[in-house]
Amino acid sequence: MSTQLTISPSPHISADSSIPKLMYGVIIALMPAFFVSIYFYGIGALLITFTAIVSCILFEFLIQKYLLKSKISISDGSAILTGLLIAFNVPGSLPLWIVVIGSLVAIGIGKMSFGGLGSNIFNPALVGRVFMLISFPVQMTSWPKPRILDFSFTDAITGATPLALVKEGLKNGEQFHDIISKAGISYSDMFIGNLGGSLGEISALALLIGGIYLLMKKIISWHIPVSVLGTMFVFSGILWLTNKNIYADPVFHLLTGGALLGAIYMATDMVTSPMTPKGQIIFGVGIGILTILIRAFGAYPEGVSFAILIMNAFVPILNIYTKPKRFGEIKIQSKE
Amino acid sequence: MLKTFSKGGIHPPENKFSVDKAIEVLPLPQKVSIPIAQHIGAPATPVVNKNDEVKTGQIIAKSAGFVSTNIHSSVSGKVVKIDKIVESSGYKKTSVVIEVKGDEWVETIDRSLDLKKEITIEQSDIINKILDAGIVGLGGATFPSHVKLSVPKGKKAEILIINGVECEPYLTSDHRLMLEKGEEVLVGTKILMKALGVTKAIIGIENNKKDAIEHLISLSKEYDGIEVNALKVKYPQGGEKQLIQALINREVPSGGLPIDVGAVVHNVGTAYAVYEAVQKNKPLFERVVTVTGDSIQKTSNFIARIGTPVSELIEAAGGKPDDTGKIVSGGPMMGKALNSLDAPVTKGTSGILLFPENKAHRKETKPCIRCAKCVSVCPMGLEPFLLMTLTQKRLFDKVEKENALDCIECGSCSYTCPADRPLLDYIRLGKSNVSQIIRSRNKK
Repeated sequence: MSTQLTISPSPHISADSSIPKLMYGVIIALMPAFFVSIYFYGIGALLITFTAIVSCILFEFLIQKYLLKSKISISDGSAILTGLLIAFNVPGSLPLWIVVIGSLVAIGIGKMSFGGLGSNIFNPALVGRVFMLISFPVQMTSWPKPRILDFSFTDAITGATPLALVKEGLKNGEQFHDIISKAGISYSDMFIGNLGGSLGEISALALLIGGIYLLMKKIISWHIPVSVLGTMFVFSGILWLTNKNIYADPVFHLLTGGALLGAIYMATDMVTSPMTPKGQIIFGVGIGILTILIRAFGAYPEGVSFAILIMNAFVPILNIYTKPKRFGEIKIQSKE
Repeated sequence: MLKTFSKGGIHPPENKFSVDKAIEVLPLPQKVSIPIAQHIGAPATPVVNKNDEVKTGQIIAKSAGFVSTNIHSSVSGKVVKIDKIVESSGYKKTSVVIEVKGDEWVETIDRSLDLKKEITIEQSDIINKILDAGIVGLGGATFPSHVKLSVPKGKKAEILIINGVECEPYLTSDHRLMLEKGEEVLVGTKILMKALGVTKAIIGIENNKKDAIEHLISLSKEYDGIEVNALKVKYPQGGEKQLIQALINREVPSGGLPIDVGAVVHNVGTAYAVYEAVQKNKPLFERVVTVTGDSIQKTSNFIARIGTPVSELIEAAGGKPDDTGKIVSGGPMMGKALNSLDAPVTKGTSGILLFPENKAHRKETKPCIRCAKCVSVCPMGLEPFLLMTLTQKRLFDKVEKENALDCIECGSCSYTCPADRPLLDYIRLGKSNVSQIIRSRNKK
């Protein structure tokens, strides 16, 4: 026998899955929302998305090649996904140079400083977003009005997100349903995406389609999205029932802001979410509660990003204290 | 809804190429090497010497303790040496090498193919008969069968479970056996029931073997107390604990044995061997072996004598394809990669699997992205990623606390990992260290 045989321990076969496949799966799931963003925000959406993706790939490449001198892993799809999510979390009129800075912070501080893919504690795209929000509050909260299929470069008329409108109105002593009816935003608009907001968060419909795709492909499990959205619904519902004038109703909370984008695509980021179903549910409930607390009582109109980042910090401890139920957990009683 | 186990599990491509190939008798080899340790437990003690003439079915090594069993010659001929020969583990193990001359069987063996249904053996004699015949678990674990039938004091067997799951991809030996020797398997089951003093037995078969399920269901009508259950196709359903939970919904406690929940599990191949031993007086010296692979010419199910070199089986299946890069004894999930084609078929060899070169290698390991797929597929509810990390850091007290010893080494974690991390390799390492630590702790 002349040929060399390979010797390795079992198993000798492996599933047809890989990190790029998972990453591109999420990217595919985000495509409906991407098309909606182009539909409502035109060329600006396209430019921001392109800039964010290219800068994320470029920064990851530069850092790996010159700073870390490690293997280049930009083809695994995770930098593209981070770029896409950064773009989805900013207004359609954000100056591109801010997008580039946000991408640098996301990749450089959010991801590579921890050791790259798999080692980061916080969701990189959200690190980038929160950095931009705090550093450039004006630009980050100037929302162009959605204009269907308008690809001109004219300065858009700025509107505000429904969440910001409500926050502002409530502060001025107006009542919730008056604010909504005055702004003329219907729930069907919110569902389709015809409202002011970050590029990727506007269309509940598009995000839900992608979410179903992710669930079907088993890229994510139901635990995090359901616990985040369920908690938001219940908690905001309780507040709303106590006083319908000063608290927004639960459906409004789910359809506006980053609720769906956060619950389905950001909180489920594998690297920064807990490993066990139990942990994932606690994590999701935490995000839901924090989001509503920030939205109802905090200074910012929107709280999903902060809520996810705060809960990201609890992931290691959740991993330690939540264990899956072991098979045959009951130890045998030692007989006499 | 078909029954299955509740926790984890995977469904790899089944690739049961040899499913329609009837069992063929493999021509006798010129030489066999029969290891004296083909079972879990103490190696048997050789009772023949160099130059002895032996007959087919003659005992050549005697059980050396309770957890041990007899070894028989699988051919007639002359013992040419008793020496260390490389076997499927890759290590050299003491083996009896016999040069084949003719095929003269021990006279007491009933060589007729007639089915013998009537069970005349006394209950108390069955266990000894099984030990005499050298029967071990033929599903691959090779645990001596008489030990499993000796119910410890204070425990009571309530149900016998016959494992016809064959959840490993590629393998078809049990499937063919159930189709072609169904009635014998049922008689063997009856004998096992008698040995245990139970009135109920369930044969669990995965639903990708519908013909075997139907066949056994129709046959089983004649056999009181034997039930045939179809199971959803899910790996590792052939694991004892998984199968018990799937069929009777009882969870074997961590660190416990099936008997702790009143169950005893035997493989269909074992049931067939028991039939042959008790009804035909034939010891275990041959078994059904699937020879298969992606590019093998003629995938086959052979009945091969123990000790036959693997090369002979591959030859009979059309020869080794040029692109062969890895040869596995057993299934793709739990089998062992062979380093030599001279390795003999042993009692635990359920299949010989040839992988082409392009499927012989592992993929490059990438960083863990904490996707938790390993946690969700683990049938024992463990956290493979954690056990790997803890082992890498040599934190063996934590490895123990995280129930590493519960791991059944099914390989679902490594199979499913998108970062191709060698999770099971590290868990094995962790387990062996933990076992060592426990042993030395118990000595004190």
